[in-house]
Amino acid sequence: MSEWRYWLNEQRGTLMGLAIFLLMFTVYIANHPAGLTANVAQTAANKGALFAFVAMAQTLVVITSGIDLSVGMIFVLTNCLASWLVVGEPLPTALGVVAVLVAGMVCGAVNGLLVIYGRLQPIVATIATGAIYFGLALLLRPFPGGSVNEDLADALTGRLFGVIPSSLVLLTAAVLLVWLPFRRSKIGRAAFAAGSSEQAAFMSGMPIRRGKFAAYTLAGLLAAMGGLFLTFFTYTGEAAYASGSGYTLWSIAAVVLGGVSLYGGRGSAIGAIFGAFAARTTGDMLFVFDVDPLWQPLLQGVVLMIAVSIGSLALLRVRNRLDWFL
Amino acid sequence: MSETSENRISIRARLPAFLRRADPAVLTAFGCILLLLFLSSLYSSNFLSLNYLLQQLKVASFLGVVAAGMMVVILLGHIDLSVPWVMTTGAMMACAAAGFGGAGPIMAIPIGVLCGAAFGLVNGFGVAYLRIPSMIVTLASNVVAQGLMVVYTGGFSPQDSAPPAIRWLATGFVIPGLPNAIIVWAAISAIMVFLFTRTSFGRAVYGIGNSERAAYLSGVDTRRIVMIAFAISGALSAFGGVLLAGYASKAAQAMGDAYLLPAIAAVVLGGTSILGGRGSYLGTVAGVILITLLQSILSVMQMPEAGRQIVYGVVIIVMLLFYGRAPPNR
Repeated sequence: MSEWRYWLNEQRGTLMGLAIFLLMFTVYIANHPAGLTANVAQTAANKGALFAFVAMAQTLVVITSGIDLSVGMIFVLTNCLASWLVVGEPLPTALGVVAVLVAGMVCGAVNGLLVIYGRLQPIVATIATGAIYFGLALLLRPFPGGSVNEDLADALTGRLFGVIPSSLVLLTAAVLLVWLPFRRSKIGRAAFAAGSSEQAAFMSGMPIRRGKFAAYTLAGLLAAMGGLFLTFFTYTGEAAYASGSGYTLWSIAAVVLGGVSLYGGRGSAIGAIFGAFAARTTGDMLFVFDVDPLWQPLLQGVVLMIAVSIGSLALLRVRNRLDWFL
Repeated sequence: MSETSENRISIRARLPAFLRRADPAVLTAFGCILLLLFLSSLYSSNFLSLNYLLQQLKVASFLGVVAAGMMVVILLGHIDLSVPWVMTTGAMMACAAAGFGGAGPIMAIPIGVLCGAAFGLVNGFGVAYLRIPSMIVTLASNVVAQGLMVVYTGGFSPQDSAPPAIRWLATGFVIPGLPNAIIVWAAISAIMVFLFTRTSFGRAVYGIGNSERAAYLSGVDTRRIVMIAFAISGALSAFGGVLLAGYASKAAQAMGDAYLLPAIAAVVLGGTSILGGRGSYLGTVAGVILITLLQSILSVMQMPEAGRQIVYGVVIIVMLLFYGRAPPNR
């Protein structure tokens, strides 16, 4: 009888993220002049998917109670790399895609090594590696430019069978191929355990280091998928500092909206995807309500502020004041 | 094990007293500054001229003021990501206030700093009383500050050029040869050192950084202290923005973007633990000078932006691997 209550308790964050997203998306669609057409869904899915990949990457690291401030820069770096490599005939294109994904994994692995074996704090280590990745991106693309295999790009940013946005299929594939295997494996469990209590996990003989390393590496992979998708979306590579740091910061927001605990050990990449889509919809919402674009950042900030304050309602349930201090 | 620790003690015992008491991280940071100056002097002797060094200290003072605020927050074990737009807000509001005429020019600097303090109070309230993780609440207030400034400058165009008083504060000379910005930084540094070492507020900050529960149980109103600390950080960020506006002679959007990560890096390179509770102000000063010097030398050597970013990241990682590591096997 109580089986499902445990499950519900575990998924509460994800369901909350889903609820926020559904609420916002419904309001958005209800006020959209065209309603829910395949076109509207495709645009929304494409823009949301960019955020969602980066947010998933951030989730993996946050679960180990770390934080990756370089995800946005890996995203930008792989975007620049893809604008060189993912071109030409089908075979070179395929090799290019693989190379870009591997590059992302290497970036993530470097972060992991510094945090695990270098014993550096994740915040500062990833600030520094973020600078390095951005430098490499600038080396690759001092000026925006480059190109991409446009057939592949159109296929992946278009629609499947005329209805389903391909970007959603890609996201589902990322969940099925990266997140679920990780979540269900022993290593993934170790990453969760390390996030909720590293000492307890160590004492129980969990493979903490491998778990954390896998989390950082896969985060690099997911960020690279995002970078690749950005290239398909824009057809170019651009080393823009503002876009890198923007994606990093919004990925943290998306993760929190999706019910992932910043203290680690709790949350799901699926929740982060909903969080990312919800964050994205805030921007679109102002468009359908015909708000002056000048007000957009302010309203986005206020919505974000309110959304993160909701979590503090839990304080009302705290019986012992010492529980304020985690 | 006992043998090695005895060895260490005997080495330490032989050092002169001031070195024995000093934090190894601070010494390393100052050592790196000297090494950097030595290496750059091989490239060109201009790097050692008094003019160049004073110019660098002047540029460093903007980062120094921001990093001082950041350090208070990091000592608590929190972080302030709202620096970029709080800086911009401070600068823009100060310049705009000066444009109103009347008492405007006199009130310009206080108004800018107060706007920063207000944002700091919001951050502090969210962190201390609502218990939202500092990373996320400061992130949100950064977006709100950005939104306010975009609306403010877009709706009607306020004065954005810095009034003479602010310019004088950043670039003028009270003592011939010594730029005012350096004096301002020194004054703020003196206040910070006093705050950290001689007041109960400073003790409480270190205490909360080590264990907020323990501080609370010893009768410290930890929530009030945390809120004040964030207000100080906001005020100093805004003041740094005001100084920067004086130096650039105008306030511009996104002028603070380049200060967030260097401020965190400077505090951490100076040996302050990002987990809070440990660190000395002298280290932060060393970190600020080190980062400014590194950026300046790389740009004088005409290294392209890409190379500068890479060197910058590598230097931070290498230095942290020397002394910023967590103890093994918790």
